[in-house]
Amino acid sequence: MSIKVENINYIYGQGTAFEQYALKNVSFEITDGQFVGLIGHTGSGKSTLIQHLNGLLRASSGAIYYNGENIYAEGYDMRALRSKVGLVFQYPEHQLFEVDVFSDVCYGPKNQKLSQEEVEARARFALTQVGLKEKYWKQSPFELSGGQKRRVAIAGVLAMKPDVLILDEPTAGLDPRGREEILDQLARLHKEQKLTIILVSHSMEDIARYADRIIVMNHGEKMYDGTPKEVFHHYKELEKIGLAAPQITYIVHRLRENGVPISDDITTVEEARTAILDLIRKGGR
Amino acid sequence: MGIIKASRLIFDYIRRDEDEHVEEVSRAIDDLSVDIKEGDFVAILGHNGSGKSTFAKQVNALLLPTEGTVWVSDMNTSDESHIWDIRRNAGMVFQNPDNQIIGNIVEEDVGFGPENIGVPTDDIWKRVDASLEAVGMTAYRLKSPNKLSGGQKQRVAIAGVMAMKPRCIIMDEPTAMLDPNGRKEVIRTVHELNQKEGITVLLITHYMEEVIDADRVIVMDDGHLVMDGTPKEIFSRVEELKSYRLDVPQVTELAYELKKAGVGLPDGILTIDELMESLLPVLQGV
Amino acid sequence: MLRDITLGQYYPVDSLVHRLDPRTKLFGTMVFIISLFLAKGVAAYVLATCFLLAAIRLCKVPFSFMVRGLRSIVILLLISVSFNLFLTPGEEIFHIGFLKLTWEGLRTAAFMGVRLIYLVIGCSIMTLTTTPNELTDGLEKSLGIFKKVGAPVHEVAMMMSIALRFIPILVEETDKIMKAQMARGADFESGNVIQKAKSMIPLLVPLFISAFRRATDLAMAMEARCYHGGEGRTKMKPLHYAHRDRVMYAAYAVYLAAVVVLRMVL
Repeated sequence: MSIKVENINYIYGQGTAFEQYALKNVSFEITDGQFVGLIGHTGSGKSTLIQHLNGLLRASSGAIYYNGENIYAEGYDMRALRSKVGLVFQYPEHQLFEVDVFSDVCYGPKNQKLSQEEVEARARFALTQVGLKEKYWKQSPFELSGGQKRRVAIAGVLAMKPDVLILDEPTAGLDPRGREEILDQLARLHKEQKLTIILVSHSMEDIARYADRIIVMNHGEKMYDGTPKEVFHHYKELEKIGLAAPQITYIVHRLRENGVPISDDITTVEEARTAILDLIRKGGR
Repeated sequence: MGIIKASRLIFDYIRRDEDEHVEEVSRAIDDLSVDIKEGDFVAILGHNGSGKSTFAKQVNALLLPTEGTVWVSDMNTSDESHIWDIRRNAGMVFQNPDNQIIGNIVEEDVGFGPENIGVPTDDIWKRVDASLEAVGMTAYRLKSPNKLSGGQKQRVAIAGVMAMKPRCIIMDEPTAMLDPNGRKEVIRTVHELNQKEGITVLLITHYMEEVIDADRVIVMDDGHLVMDGTPKEIFSRVEELKSYRLDVPQVTELAYELKKAGVGLPDGILTIDELMESLLPVLQGV
Repeated sequence: MLRDITLGQYYPVDSLVHRLDPRTKLFGTMVFIISLFLAKGVAAYVLATCFLLAAIRLCKVPFSFMVRGLRSIVILLLISVSFNLFLTPGEEIFHIGFLKLTWEGLRTAAFMGVRLIYLVIGCSIMTLTTTPNELTDGLEKSLGIFKKVGAPVHEVAMMMSIALRFIPILVEETDKIMKAQMARGADFESGNVIQKAKSMIPLLVPLFISAFRRATDLAMAMEARCYHGGEGRTKMKPLHYAHRDRVMYAAYAVYLAAVVVLRMVL
């Protein structure tokens, strides 16, 4: 199973004086089970890009293959694609509309024209997956806390049983613990349900911690594509385009500049701690 | 007494049904006493629902105490005759940049506050010019707010407050909806106002990086004030912060972890420079 | 999609008309409209044409831009012209079936067409040269007399100006919610009328909730900035008549007098 993007371009206002490339010659392939972090400053084209992956936007040129099938081919079932490639927008709680949490989560599977039993089974499954306690299920979604609302919204997409889950800054506006809880939940889904996850985030620390691959967008073009270690090697270039590496990367580079023989592959606090303690231990021996 | 003072402040949100019967009472602030010195940059931390935003609205008299007292520039917020003076003295910037800009043109929005308090026309222009200059938005004065980035919109909101010539600014999670660049832009602007114009700043946030340059950090939890001190003092108590659903910057966390493992580092390291200063001798010495 | 809708078609150039007080422009448009209804005979129309041409020249907005406004009324124009053409009794030129084309009809239709076109161009000159804010200010001030009888003139003007600010924001939000629900399999296009109406619920509920939340936030932000109604408020950009406005009012008077005289004489 994979999403393959081939030379896509997306042009705003084509044929007018305001013509502008939002995506320029973007190609990549995301294979089954990856956890991809998508980064780029505001306006770099990352939001436009993810809307292409489930067919909400149509590329001006180029092709996208989902499981080998061209999604722009005549007669391709876009609605089926959208249930396979689930997209959770930023501030998803703003889309809640039903009288209670459970009905809201049922909306997606209902649109898939499943039987009532199946719809409810899916909703129960999804709500359990996002870790929302059953006592909230019959409550109005509008009475929940910010973090809970967000879980409901993510469950609303999960209930469609997607193979790929794309999230646009799922932690925006949450407090640190709330952020961590949502991200841990996603990591669990990735591991247990074998979901492919594409995470758009501004937090390099989060991306370094959770993703096994990073795609960097800049001015509508793909700039880097690799493991966190590979991408954060370019921290100076990332800074030039208004991004940064995790703080740990800077610490490691400062240590190296001062002659400390520490690996520059380190991107998380955990790794840095182990490496530094190792150095001290070795030196002490 | 400082510029903002709360004494044994209690605030209850009261929900009533249609017949005005009390349905539910939830205590948002519980016995809070705090005194803030003029000219200080004070950060208030706390997870969502800890009562920090409710406190911010108390300072601007948008909410009034259920019990206890809040003074702003020696005026009691419960005294209705001072309400406009209090709001002029303690300007407020909110979280959502779109929902606090009233004007259709940047400069007109900045002029909105002075218009409300009856400043003469010539004076409004002078204030608008100075405020836009102070937040670095002069070049955008004739633009529509809808064409600006999130960080720019927040700077316009700050200018709008500055035009009322306040003595302090209360910012209620002004960066929660911004991207990292927007966040830096806003925080830099506020620090400048604090340093150059001597404005007292009350910054409510849950981004730890925004706190390290503050003069004082207050942590709230469940309506109580639970920690109060300099950033250094607060960030040396990593476990305690985490118990309040908060986090620390990576550099602080690494230093803390190393120290726990027996490495000889001081408490409350906040910057990479500080870490280098104490970690390099350890590593080079071995 | 929805985002392409642009509102308020202000054309930003610096011209005499742009610099006029909005009240002068509002009043001028009114005078022009009245004159079109008073006008009788070719001479009066020639006069109106001159007035309009002068305005077009002075406002420095490309003529093609104004003509664009006419597109939206083409159908209305065709209907009213053909009604007048064929349904006015009088001296017959020829007839197709029961439809009779008369000299009188031709004449009325021509005047009618010209009147409508002039009307639209006249109004678009005002909107092209006046920002929505100036317009609301102008209205607030012009309608100031009604304040004395308790009409909420300031409040209405404030409401209009806030509405203008939030229209683009809500349009964008609608677009976002629509896409988000589409990602959950929503279908806003197919089905009969009832199904379509039903499919709007997942769009409208979040939109209303968001609009209310924004309204609450905004009200609080306005209060925090000391807004307490129009009383005791000063203006950053108060309206002042300048010399050019007085010249304009004189021109209006002369023009209107000429139209009235022509009507009485002919």
